[in-house]
Amino acid sequence: MDLRFGDSKPTDEEKAAVDDLLGPPPSAWEGADDRSTGDLRWAVGGRDARERRDLLLPGLHAVNDRVGWISEGALTYLCRRLTVPPAEAYGVATFYSMFSMRPRPATVVHVCTDIACAAAPGADDFQADVERRLGPAGEARDGAVWQPSPCLGLCERAPAALAIRAGQGCPSAAGPGAGASSNGVSANGSSPAPSASAPGGAAYAAAVVAPATAEAVEAAARAPEDAAEEPDAALAVPQAGDPQLKLLSRIGVADPGSLDSYRANGGYRALRRAFALGPAGVLREVTDSGLVGRGGAAFPTGRKWQATASQPDHPHYVVCNADESEPGTFKDRVLMEGDPFALIESMTIAGYATGAHKGFLYLRGEYPRALRRLTDAIAQARARGLLGDDVLGQGYAFDIEIRRGAGAYICGEETALFNSLEGNRGEPRSKPPFPVEKGLFGKPTAANNVETLVNVLPVLEMGAEAYAAIGTGKSTGPKLFCVAGSVERPGIYELPFGATLGDLLNLAGVTGDLRAVLLGGAAGGFVRGDELDIPLTFEGTREAGTTLGSGVVLALDSSVPLPRILLRIAEFFRDESCGQCVPCRIGTVRQEEALHRLAARVGAPSTNGSNATAGTAEDIALLREVGEAMRDASICGLGQTAWNAVESAIDRLGAYA
Amino acid sequence: MTAVPLDPPRRLVEFTLDGEPARVAEGATILDACRAAGKDIPTLCQGETLEPKNACRACVVEVEGARTLAPACSRKAEPGMTVSTDTERARHSRKIVLELLASATDLSTTPRAAEWIKEYGAKPDRFGADAATMNEQPKIDNDLYVRDYDKCILCYKCVDACGEQWQNSFAISVAGRGFDARISTEHDAPLTDSACVYCGNCIEVCPTGALSFKSEFDMREAGTWDEDRQTETTTVCAYCGVGCNLTLHVQDNEIVKVSSPLDNPVTHGNLCIKGRFGYQHVGGGNTAGA
Ligand SMILES: Cc1cc2nc3c(=O)[nH]c(=O)nc-3n(C[C@H](O)[C@H](O)[C@H](O)COP(=O)(O)O)c2cc1C
Ligand code: SF4
Ligand code: SF4
Ligand code: SF4
Ligand code: FES
Ligand code: FES
Repeated sequence: MDLRFGDSKPTDEEKAAVDDLLGPPPSAWEGADDRSTGDLRWAVGGRDARERRDLLLPGLHAVNDRVGWISEGALTYLCRRLTVPPAEAYGVATFYSMFSMRPRPATVVHVCTDIACAAAPGADDFQADVERRLGPAGEARDGAVWQPSPCLGLCERAPAALAIRAGQGCPSAAGPGAGASSNGVSANGSSPAPSASAPGGAAYAAAVVAPATAEAVEAAARAPEDAAEEPDAALAVPQAGDPQLKLLSRIGVADPGSLDSYRANGGYRALRRAFALGPAGVLREVTDSGLVGRGGAAFPTGRKWQATASQPDHPHYVVCNADESEPGTFKDRVLMEGDPFALIESMTIAGYATGAHKGFLYLRGEYPRALRRLTDAIAQARARGLLGDDVLGQGYAFDIEIRRGAGAYICGEETALFNSLEGNRGEPRSKPPFPVEKGLFGKPTAANNVETLVNVLPVLEMGAEAYAAIGTGKSTGPKLFCVAGSVERPGIYELPFGATLGDLLNLAGVTGDLRAVLLGGAAGGFVRGDELDIPLTFEGTREAGTTLGSGVVLALDSSVPLPRILLRIAEFFRDESCGQCVPCRIGTVRQEEALHRLAARVGAPSTNGSNATAGTAEDIALLREVGEAMRDASICGLGQTAWNAVESAIDRLGAYA
Repeated sequence: MTAVPLDPPRRLVEFTLDGEPARVAEGATILDACRAAGKDIPTLCQGETLEPKNACRACVVEVEGARTLAPACSRKAEPGMTVSTDTERARHSRKIVLELLASATDLSTTPRAAEWIKEYGAKPDRFGADAATMNEQPKIDNDLYVRDYDKCILCYKCVDACGEQWQNSFAISVAGRGFDARISTEHDAPLTDSACVYCGNCIEVCPTGALSFKSEFDMREAGTWDEDRQTETTTVCAYCGVGCNLTLHVQDNEIVKVSSPLDNPVTHGNLCIKGRFGYQHVGGGNTAGA
């Protein structure tokens, strides 16, 4: 491939960021300064380099984390190092909301304006106060800039914000496969600042502020390294310590930073059982357990694993989908922060069963504590022979690499995730072929949600039969629910499938008079506050004409302005559409425009009542027609579900009636 | 993609198309079958010489038993499947796709767009005067061709033609996301600063006229472009020994653009700068120069 690179040069800082990830450039071909005669003879920029295309996303992170934005020189240098056409790399970089191609301050504050945070009491005042202190969104002031963000996965502590300051010692600084890179990462002050910081350069820091006050957001914008330590993950689990718990049993009990503590609390029993059963035995157990995916599509996990295991093509891959970005969803974060080794163990089991030796953990880019905990857990597991060439001395090789997303909900769609990980734009692929046949790098891949994987531990510990006895015939096992909004005790709840919406909300304690509940997140649907008998199972919600989705249960009392919430949902889909197909790319825009008109009419009752009514009816008809086409003709689940919540609000809640 | 059962004899797939039995060679798409049966399905992003990207969704049809509609251009015919092209559901989505596209994009030079909009009763105006549009100005940064992304439907064809499917120049890509996505060089640089080699193969595949010869663009601006007065002559390019076919479009004794037959088994409509633009400066040289 004969590529043309521009003349822009990277700064020393940018070059260092890339070289820290990729190692020093081996030849002038890849961008070293001296051209030795050897370089002229060996075109090493060819095939080898191209096979590292998947390092493009880590490379973009490295620059963005170090410098705060990605300049032409930095992009050119990265392209040379990886033999990626600059136009393509630009297309990739501009796909993600965490990256900037323009200079901006080192500190960027993401302030969540999504459903749970918008429904939090005093949300308006909070945002106005943030604006007073930090200036208008997008405007650089005093070394910081803030921007509204989609759900940060911190809904139990709404309203939420995340401040990230670029600098040295960022989590992506170490190359893939490197050990713990958490040293020197200052996240909420819990790790020491790096000793060797660049002259004049501050250290990378990420601070989660939740529940946020405008004052705390301002403080985090000024000095993210000094932000208070985040509350323990166990605080997001109101049932913590309950002996009935299967998935949350260690949270608040075991030390998430200690492998010994994990083992003392039952850790690695499931993997031992897996080795005793052999891969075929594990496949049988998982199939017999009736476990279905918890990522939204409810596909039988055993069948997925079996299909992957049986593919003649090799290598096989295991991918953990930890991109959790569905508004209202935070269960995977709590699992990863509170019990990181459980995910490492279950990915190892998945690899063993499907014949994979490599697992990728695609982690949402906005989850700094999960990144730290998992990086640390992987390093400990490696050091103790629980990952590596010979897991548990059983002659089975398996290792896990974490890859960070960079702010794109669509990358949670599994084929978009593969594209993203491979260094392409995170656009969904058309299926077939399905991932079990042609997934990551075109190879057979078992992709699973975090919660799905963690369920494999009780399946193996209890045995398939005992596991399948939990829940209903069609929805087996325990299920996590993300409860937030107008409740006294928001957090993650674990209930056996079959509990009703009312059972769950009783545990959480509804505040105010319940007007509506959003099930399944922005891609899900609303039910009325009096529909508490709906059984929280896949079949029960389907029968009730709604969905379980990712387990979101967002309670809204009558004080929450529904049109505003609907508008926020529409904004979310418009922002997050990848843009590949027409119904979604343009349909989500038209949906948002119509909801703006509808909200304006609700806000200001017109003097000419009948005209307003006619306009409302027309807009609702338009929404229906566009929504139907999005549902029927979009490529992927994003466009197909983009009208669900709005439709349910109109039909079930009588919004705009 | 068309099923031409020439060399290895291929098995036939039998299925039901609009209630009639249909038979196509294995590997053929639903669209191939529709065309063989004389059915007109709107297509925009589908291209004879490119892998289907199935992005526009203008061609969706109903496949019995499927939750969603299927793009005819890329869904392969399967034995025993039942396909309906003319159901209310399929026609509805096609109509909305046309409405959405026409409301955001200038389709004035997209062949057949007006005809389909009429046929489907699409009303692009219904989204109101404030409906967001592509809102782009023509990019005129070289002497050879113009990129007018106000007319771009983001079909990805130019990107695929410029990249690994044909040209391997990788001068352009899709940048941005969602409604803000645009075809772009790196950092939106002018073409003259990009990897573009002015083969014009992107112009050849562009289905909307968003990419056009500068000569065509200028004549359209001046109001003198008139396809009725044009003749097309196909000859062999004389610049080198490959023997590419050139189709010269001539109006008033002047070559106004050069295309190349897509069905040429060797070049599939692709040319290099000399064949595509050499007519402007006989003798070659850097015709791109700004
Ligand atoms: C727009 C979109 C976003 C998605 N986001 C996620 C996500 O964040 N996490 C996840 O596990 N699955 C997500 N999914 C579902 C995945 O495509 C896939 O079905 C799932 O990861 C499979 O794992 P499971 O079988 O364990 O559920 C998403 C799907 C769509 C269409
Ligand atoms: S439905 Fe939306 S997100 Fe999915 S492929 Fe189409 S444009 Fe992209
Ligand atoms: S003219 Fe050729 S090289 Fe230039 S953008 Fe078009 S296809 Fe790519
Ligand atoms: S410029 Fe033409 S070929 Fe390229 S994406 Fe737009 S419409 Fe398609
Ligand atoms: S963190 Fe704000 S809505 Fe989830
Ligand atoms: S022509 Fe089939 S999706 Fe565009």
